[in-house]
Parts: sequence; C-alpha cells; structure tokens
Amino acid sequence: MATLEIKNLHVSVETDQGKKQILRGVDLTINSGETHAVMGPNGSGKSTLAYSIAGHPKYEVTDGEILLDGEDVLAMSVDERARAGLFLAMQYPVEVPGVSVSNFLRTAKTAIDGEAPKLREWVGDLKKAMNDLRMDSDFTERNVNEGFSGGEKKRHEILQMELLKPKMAILDETDSGLDVDALKVVSEGVNRAKTNTGLGLLLITHYTRILRYIEPDFVHVFVAGKVAEQGGPELAERLEAEGYDRYLKADA
Amino acid sequence: MAQHGIEEHSHGLVPLQTRSERPRSTTIGDFAEISNRQEIWRYLPLDQLNGLADEVMAEVVEQEISSQLAQGVTATWVNTTEDFVGSAGLPEDRISAISWTNASKTLLIDVPANTEISDPSFLTARLANSDAKALHVFVHVGANAKATIVLDHVGLGVLAENVEILLDQGAKLDFVTIQDWAKGSSHVSTQFARLGRDSFLKHVVVSLGGDLVRITPSVALDSPGAEIQMFGVYLADSGNYFEHRPYVDHIAANCISNVAYKGALQGAGAHTVWVGDVLIRQTAIGTNSYELNRNLLLTDGARADSVPNLEIETGKIEGAGHASASGRFDDEQLFYLMARGIGDSEAKKLVVRGFLNEVVQKIGIAEVEQRLIKTIEQELEKVGA
Repeated sequence: MATLEIKNLHVSVETDQGKKQILRGVDLTINSGETHAVMGPNGSGKSTLAYSIAGHPKYEVTDGEILLDGEDVLAMSVDERARAGLFLAMQYPVEVPGVSVSNFLRTAKTAIDGEAPKLREWVGDLKKAMNDLRMDSDFTERNVNEGFSGGEKKRHEILQMELLKPKMAILDETDSGLDVDALKVVSEGVNRAKTNTGLGLLLITHYTRILRYIEPDFVHVFVAGKVAEQGGPELAERLEAEGYDRYLKADA
Repeated sequence: MAQHGIEEHSHGLVPLQTRSERPRSTTIGDFAEISNRQEIWRYLPLDQLNGLADEVMAEVVEQEISSQLAQGVTATWVNTTEDFVGSAGLPEDRISAISWTNASKTLLIDVPANTEISDPSFLTARLANSDAKALHVFVHVGANAKATIVLDHVGLGVLAENVEILLDQGAKLDFVTIQDWAKGSSHVSTQFARLGRDSFLKHVVVSLGGDLVRITPSVALDSPGAEIQMFGVYLADSGNYFEHRPYVDHIAANCISNVAYKGALQGAGAHTVWVGDVLIRQTAIGTNSYELNRNLLLTDGARADSVPNLEIETGKIEGAGHASASGRFDDEQLFYLMARGIGDSEAKKLVVRGFLNEVVQKIGIAEVEQRLIKTIEQELEKVGA
C-alpha cells in the first residue's frame, strides 16, 4: 500500500516576462489502487502538476510538499523519484537518437530494480507486454521515439509503465492524439497494469473520452492552478455535458 | 626525390574562387609561410605546431611503425623517388610539402590484385621522441582486391604525414586513421585518395587525443562509377584542437560520395573545426553527394566550428546536399531518461553514445568500435558527467 500526498503545492516557471506562478496551492492524496482524474481547461496547470511531481528542472516549487509514503519527494533528484516508484507517462515523449528501445528499456529496468533483469525472463516479459499493446517485435530495434507516430509514442510510454511497475503513475494527456482503436489498446494496458500491480493512477486529461475506458474513482477539476471542484465519476459526466465554462466564468 | 611542379596556380590577392584552384606542388617554396590570415590555417593554433612548420625535420624510421598484417598484405619501405609516389595526389599546402620533401622513404602498403582479405591489417605509429618528423605512407589496392587497413597513431609524437591511397579498378578498401595521441602531441596529416573505375573507399577518421590534430582527407573521383564513404568521429577534451577538412572532388560521371562527421566536445578550450568541401565539376554528371557534420557540446567553454562548402558546376546530377549543426546537451533528453530511473551520468553516456553511434556503427571493425566505445566511457567519467 503506497500513498502519494500533495500538500499546498505552489509552483512557478521562469518565462521571458519573469517568474510566473502556475500552481497555487494544490492538495491531492492518491492511494494504491485508486484512479484519480485531473481535468481542466488548457493552461490550468495540469501538466505543470505532472512535471513537478516528476521533478522537471523547469518547474520551481515555491511552497508545499510532495510525499511518497511519507518520504520527501521534492528532496529527490529526477532519477531517485523514478526509483522510489513514481512514473510519468509524457505527453510529448522525447527522441533519443542512436539509443535503441531495447537498450533503453533494459537500462531503465536495471536502474529501477537495482540489478539487471534475468535475460530469459526479461525477453519473455518484453515480448508479452509488446504483444498485449499490439506492437511489432522489430519496434525494439528502433531508436527511442525517433520517427514514432503519435500512437506509437503513447504505446511506448505505457509499455514502460507495464515493465517498470511503478507504485504511482501519472499519465499526462496520454489520450491526446490517439484514434479510438489506439485509445482502447492504451487503456487496456493501463487497466492491466492496475490489475497486475495495484498501482495508483493520476490521469491528466482535457477530455472525458479516456474515462470511458479507464474508470476513475475520483475526479478533480483544475482551474487556474487549483482544484476548483472534486467528486466521483459523475463529475466527469457533468463536464462532458457542460464543459469548463462554468468554472471559467466563476473564476473571472 | 620526385619533384612535381605547380599544376594550377593563381597569383595575386584575390581569394581563390573555387576549391580546384588551389596550387599543387611538392616544393615548399611554392607555398606561403603559414599564417592565420590564410583560410586553410585560419583556426590553427600556430604555437602548437612544435616544429611542424620547419622546413627541415627528421623522418619516421622503420622501428617506429609496428604492423600486424593480414595474410596477403605487404608493407615495405621504398624510396620516395619511386614514380608511383604522388600518383594519388600532391600537396596543396606548406606542411604537406614539407613532409613530402623530408620523407626520403615511403611506407608502401600493397594489396595485390584479385585478393579478397577480410581480416583488418593494423599499422601503429609510436614515435621514439617528440621531435618533429615526416612520414609518407602509400596504400595501394590492386584491381578487384578487397582489404581493411587501420593506421593508428599513439603515444607522444610530432608528425607531419602524407598518406596516399590508390585504388585500382573495382578495388574495395576500408581505411581507418586513428589519432589517439598522448598530451603534448601535434599531428598534421594530409591524405589523398584516387579512386579507379567502380572502386569503393570507406575512409574513417577517429580523433581522440593530441594537442593539435589536423587531418585533411581529399579524394579525386576521376573515374566513373567510383564511390567514397567518408566518416569521422571525434571526442575533444580540454587541451585538444582537432581540425578535419574532408574534400571530395567530383570529376568523372556517376560517382557517389557521402561524408558524415560527428563529434563530442567537453571542457574549457576544447576546440574542433570541420570544413567540408565538395566540388562537383561540369564533367561530373550523375553525381550523388551528401555531406554532414554534427557536434555535441557537453560543457561550457568548448567550441566547434563547422563549415560545409558545396560547389556545383553542373545541373545534371542525381543529388547534392549538406547539413551542419552544433548544439548543447539536450536537457529534455536527459530528463526523459532520468525520469525512467537512469542516473545522470548513465543518461549522459547513453545520449553521447547514441549521438556518435550513427558513425561508430559504420566503422565495421569490432576492435576499433570497442576501443572507441571504451574511450567515450572514460572521457565521460573524467568530467564526472
């Protein structure tokens, strides 16, 4: 049983116009096995939350805490956070030229586990996970994210999540740019990981579409860097019908 | 000593308008004294020449070159006055002419016609002291023969070198020149290749060490159907100055050239220069040509100059292109790898190895590739990257 606690989180970024405050006091607690959807209009700070948890250097935490099972996540480097059990599936996965998927995955698995995986087991796990995500076997010979289609990039992110087995995964707009078939495949992968490892999920999305395939236990509506409203799955349905206008007007 | 006069010469203060107008001669006096005001010496740290610009110097002797030759390949020392010396190319600059004049002997590496040799042959230059020395190497591959030759430079040395590579019709050669000098070394190497009809040359430059290393490989594609693949990999640290100036001269029809150099730089004062010249003459119809240089700057204080030049005198070609870029470590790449639990130093290694991999993989000689990968690891450890 793991718990990720976000308390009173304030985050700003450096822009050409100077420092800009993006998160203004976010409180969120995620337990193993729970799925939390964070929804909100563009610019509300959803991705900032994701990157701040993962430790991207661009984002400066000015106040508040992030704790994983009571451990201070903010004191950890990016790789330490990953090894502690946090995983961020990125909205825009980065190309790493000359590094094959196979080499990358093995290096990551070794880093997370603290020892190299047993070869035969690893090959089997990899093959199965790729098969489940309907990825061609020659995929591992390609360079990381180089020339990948939008769908391939997202499958590759979920593949990593399935193999690295984090305690908590943040999925940053994993649904964006996916057609219905790809969305189904990716969602199945997420649900499978949840069933197999009981991980906690923070699902960041603009649209309710993905929530038809991955059912959230809690829905949080983000507006202007704060949680404006929270509830159960019914809140997502209401957003589907009404959109975000209600919050934006209230905010203005 | 064979003396060759100037073939083409342009006088006066007007800068040369085309690459082919550079004078060619083995006579030192035909070339002006070296100065940073001449384009070809523009970047060179003249205080690091350590005697390479002196008109008189010693020459490399037999004991300073060790060899491990594959069956069928021979290495013999001959007089530089032999007629064939100069048949692959003639000096286009003063240091090359100095080296030519001072090397009374030429190391001839010969691969007889119609012999296919798959094992690589290694020649290693390890000079006895740090006096400036001249060396002339001539590599000849007979018709339809196939070979792999590695010319390695290690230890402390100051060397002015000419390397000629002559491929007869249908010959195929993989040639690698490695500069892995110790600190305090200076090396200027002019390499000339002439390719026979339908022959193939893979020319690989690997520069890893030396205070001043300047390699100028040029190829004359004056027989139809010839192909050259030129690759370069370099890793420059503080105190390294590496200059590479590949030149491809497309003269005959239907030849192919591809040039790709990639380098990583780290540490204050690390400096690399890449000037890539491709000339496609009016007669070179059906040419297909591409040149590329990329540099990865790992730390502040390193400098990479990159200048691709493409001259095209005919429109009847298959293709011609060039690309050049120098950039910093990509923080987003590092973040991505680290977000998967990979430590900072391991992530940087992955990125650098990946960056250089495209060219390293092209070398095709396991010993050389492994040595290169090991050096990359060691270099990255040094800065605690």
